[in-house]
Amino acid sequence: MKKILLNGIIRENPTFVLLLGMCPTLGTTSSAANGLGMGLATTFVLLCTNVAISAVKRFIPDLIRIPGYIVIIATFVTLLQMAIQAWLPALYAALGIFIPLIVVNCIVLGRAESFASKHAPAAAALDGLGMGLGFTFALTLLGALRELLGTGKIFAFTLFPETYGALIFVLAPGAFLALGFLIALVRRER
Amino acid sequence: MCLSLTLIGACAGALLAVANHYTAIPIAKAKIIALENALKEVSPAYDNDPIAEAFFVSSPEGDSLRIYPARRGDDFVGVAVETSSRNGFSGEIRILVGFDTEGTIINYSVLEHAETPGLGAKMQEWFRMDIARRNILGRKAGKLAVTKDGGDVDAITASTITSRAFLHSINRAYHAYRTPN
Repeated sequence: MKKILLNGIIRENPTFVLLLGMCPTLGTTSSAANGLGMGLATTFVLLCTNVAISAVKRFIPDLIRIPGYIVIIATFVTLLQMAIQAWLPALYAALGIFIPLIVVNCIVLGRAESFASKHAPAAAALDGLGMGLGFTFALTLLGALRELLGTGKIFAFTLFPETYGALIFVLAPGAFLALGFLIALVRRER
Repeated sequence: MCLSLTLIGACAGALLAVANHYTAIPIAKAKIIALENALKEVSPAYDNDPIAEAFFVSSPEGDSLRIYPARRGDDFVGVAVETSSRNGFSGEIRILVGFDTEGTIINYSVLEHAETPGLGAKMQEWFRMDIARRNILGRKAGKLAVTKDGGDVDAITASTITSRAFLHSINRAYHAYRTPN
């Protein structure tokens, strides 16, 4: 049980080890808060789709499993989008197009294919939660690093004046740089 | 196979219909609250309902801008104009800007933009900072331009394109407000 949960957070961390879901990883981590928001949104989708797909896997013929899974994933993403838009409009404004794009995040379909379709719902829930938390951890770390180096803040809390920040870290090239160094660091320590 | 896909589709559709039923009203409310807050920020103090009295004015560019009139008692005290520009660095910039009866800018609020974070995105604060010639609040709109174009507004450092688009949208708002109709 513990092994499944920790697998996604450390051993097979989706961002640092599997290198899945790079688009939202690079696109939404301009600040720690945005990274955290995106990570938690993806965690919710991973958890729900893993459980749902694991529960109905016997009724979906092998031939049409991909379209079936995608419809299930898209349903949960749309539910999440409606909920965020209704009750967390500020987060919706910050994440924008990246919320509906969770549908095509390859971690979600990847876990459905490689784990949920082969395991019982309880194990699938743990796997979804673990992978989601691993993704959240990675995105928050990357967001915090970029926000700090770019603007001198972490979670909008000022650590040093913005004048000393290197703007490139808030922009796309800085996302690649910061992610590259984080991956190198994680791989060395592992 | 067909049965299985149909069932999945039907369940998904039913689930989304239920969710839509419960979120449609909060989503609409959240949008109105956001608009009301922006109106309170940029308009002269009003006691009417500018959203109910809003009307459209067509612009020379071929689109139309929404105008929210502000009244206090029976007196017309100014307007807020929902304006936009496509001249920005990426995508459309949408701004709500308020004028008094003289056409002086009271305040503005950036409703939506996709400008570069850390550069163009600074427009939300830049044009109300009392540094050099940045501040546009209290000025007359219509012919606002950045210093590079012979105007007297300091552009955002390294974001002249965004600054031009921003001032363009403010000028457009002013002309729509001044269009007699």
